Amino acid sequence: MSRSATSCWQWRLVAAIAAKEWRDRLRNRWVLAVAVVFGAFALLIAYFGGAPSGVVGLRSAAATVASLTSLAIYLVPLIALLLGFDAVVGERERGVLDLLLSQPITRAELLAGKYLGLAAALSMATLVGFGAALVPLAPSMDLAALVIYLRFVGSALMLGLAFLSLAVLVSTVARDRTRATGAAIALWFGFVLVFDLSLLGALVASAGSHASTWAPYALLLNPADVFRVINVFGAEALRSSFGLGTLMAQGWNAPATLYGVLLAWIAAPLGVALWRFR
Amino acid sequence: MSTGASGLNAVVVEIKDVVKRYGAMPVVRGVGFACREGEMIGLAGHNGAGKSTLFKMMLGIIAADEGDILLFGEPVRGRRFREVRRAIGYLPEHVALYDNLSGLETLRFFARLKSADPARCKGLLECVGLGEAMHRAVREYSKGMRQRLGFAQALIGEPRLLLLDEPTNGLDPEAIHGFYGMLQELRAAGTTIVLSSHLLAEIQSRVDRLVIMASGKLVAEGTVTALATASGLPARLMVTPREGARARVSRALLAAGFVPQEAGDGAVRAAVRAPLRMALLRVLASLSDELLEYTITEPTLEDVFLSHQRGTTWVERAA
Repeated sequence: MSRSATSCWQWRLVAAIAAKEWRDRLRNRWVLAVAVVFGAFALLIAYFGGAPSGVVGLRSAAATVASLTSLAIYLVPLIALLLGFDAVVGERERGVLDLLLSQPITRAELLAGKYLGLAAALSMATLVGFGAALVPLAPSMDLAALVIYLRFVGSALMLGLAFLSLAVLVSTVARDRTRATGAAIALWFGFVLVFDLSLLGALVASAGSHASTWAPYALLLNPADVFRVINVFGAEALRSSFGLGTLMAQGWNAPATLYGVLLAWIAAPLGVALWRFR
Repeated sequence: MSTGASGLNAVVVEIKDVVKRYGAMPVVRGVGFACREGEMIGLAGHNGAGKSTLFKMMLGIIAADEGDILLFGEPVRGRRFREVRRAIGYLPEHVALYDNLSGLETLRFFARLKSADPARCKGLLECVGLGEAMHRAVREYSKGMRQRLGFAQALIGEPRLLLLDEPTNGLDPEAIHGFYGMLQELRAAGTTIVLSSHLLAEIQSRVDRLVIMASGKLVAEGTVTALATASGLPARLMVTPREGARARVSRALLAAGFVPQEAGDGAVRAAVRAPLRMALLRVLASLSDELLEYTITEPTLEDVFLSHQRGTTWVERAA
C-alpha cells in the first residue's frame, strides 16, 4: 500500500453522506411539506393572529413575530426531533449502518455528514417556509420590521438546529427506534412544556425570593426559552406580556449572549453525539 | 500476486487469538487463522458461532477485546484504516440497502465513499445481472436482486479482499452458479476471499480451506479432505443384495470386520473406516454374484461440520 494514506478528516466523504441525506428529504418531499406548513402557519398568524382582540389583517411585525414565536416554539423543535431521532438508530435497525461503517469513512465523518444533510433540509424548509410568508408581509414592513422578522427566521433556524443536535444525540444513544422515539417525545415535552411549567412552579413555591438571581440563568438551560427571549425581548412593547420574560436580568438578553447560547445548544449535543458514536 | 521469500503468496488476513465479549458473555474465544493472497476460505458454524462478529471485527466495525487482526499487514482500526478498507469488499449477512435509491444510485453512493470511479458502476451491475434493473428503485427488487446488488457493492473499487457473509442467501441455483463462477475468476486474479455459508454442500468443492467455528471457538481448520481424514469419519457402504442373499451378505461383512445394519427395502449399510477399505474391496469382490448394486459415499463437508458441532459421526446420526 502506498504511504499516502492518512486518517485525517475528509470533507469529501462528509459531503457524500450529507448530499444523500439532503437528496432523500427533497425526493420524499419532506422539505416541501415542512416549508408549506411553516409558510401556511406564518400567513395564518400574520392575518388572523389579532383575531382574539377583534382585529383581522396584517398587524405590526413585532406583534406578528410574537405570535409566530409562540407557534415556532412548539412546531420547530417537534419537526427537528422527528427529522433526526432515527438518523443513526434507524440505519442500525435497517442494517445499513454496518455497511456504511465498513467503508473508508470514520464514524465522526459519517455522523457529521448525516447532521449536515439533515440540517440543510431543515434550514431549507425553515427559510423557504417563513421566507415565503414574508412576500405578502413585506409591502407593509419598514426596515425595522423587516429586521425583526429576519431575526425571527434566523433564530427559528438556530432553534431547529439545536433540537436537531439533540435528536441526533438521542439517535446515537438509543438502543432501538422505539426508545429513540420515546426519548424524542420526552425531550419535546420537557423543553417545550414541562420546563416552563416547572420554572413557574418553582417561582411560585419560592414566593419569588431570589428569583431574579437564578431564574434568568435557568432560562438559558432551555433553547426554546432562549429563542423566546430573542424574539420577544426585541420588542419592548411586548416585554411585559410574558411572565417569564420579565425575569430576564439586564445584560443577559444581549443578542450576542443569546445567540451564543443557542450556538452552544447546537454544538454541545452534537459534540456529545460524536463522542458517544466513536 | 505477490509472493514472499518462501515462494508462498503474501499473507492478507492474520487473525491472532481474537476474543470478543458482549458484557460478560464471550462470543469469539481465542480465534486465530491466516489467509494468503488468492485463497478462498470458507467460514462455517452454527447460528451464533461468532462468524458475523468475526467479520465485523475484521472490518473494524467493532473492536476486539483481545488479540490482533491484521489485514495486508495493517491493523484495520489503525491510522491507515482508510487504505485497508478501500481494499476490502464486504457483503453483510442481511443485505440492507436504501429502498428509495435505484440500483445505480446505490452503487454510485458507495463508490463515492470508497473513492472509486462511479463510471464503473454500470458495468458492475451488468456483471451481476442487474443491467436492466439498474434504474429501478431498490424497493422493487426481489431478495435475490438485492443480494446481487449487495455483491456488486462489495466489488466496488476492485477489492483485493472480499468478506462475504452468507453470500448466496436468496439466490436461485443459476445465480449461485454464476456467483461462484465470478468468485473463481476473482480468485484467479489474486483476490482473497473469505466467505461464510450454512450451505456446506455448496462450498465443499469451491473453497480452498475451511474454518469451522462453534460457540465462538475455532474447532477445525484445513482442506475439506484433510478435515475429513482428521475427523476420522467413515465412508458409508450401501449394498442391495439379490433376493435371498441378504443374510449371506451380512455375514460376509460381519466376518470382514464391518457392522452391517438394515437400511430398508432389503438393503444393508455399514460404516467403512479407513483401515478397512482394502478389506471392503475384497469382500465386495467375493460377493459380486450376491449383489445387485453397491455404493460407497465419502463423508461430505456437512458431515465433517456436524461431527465437530455435535461430536457425533454421520453414521451414528443416521443410525
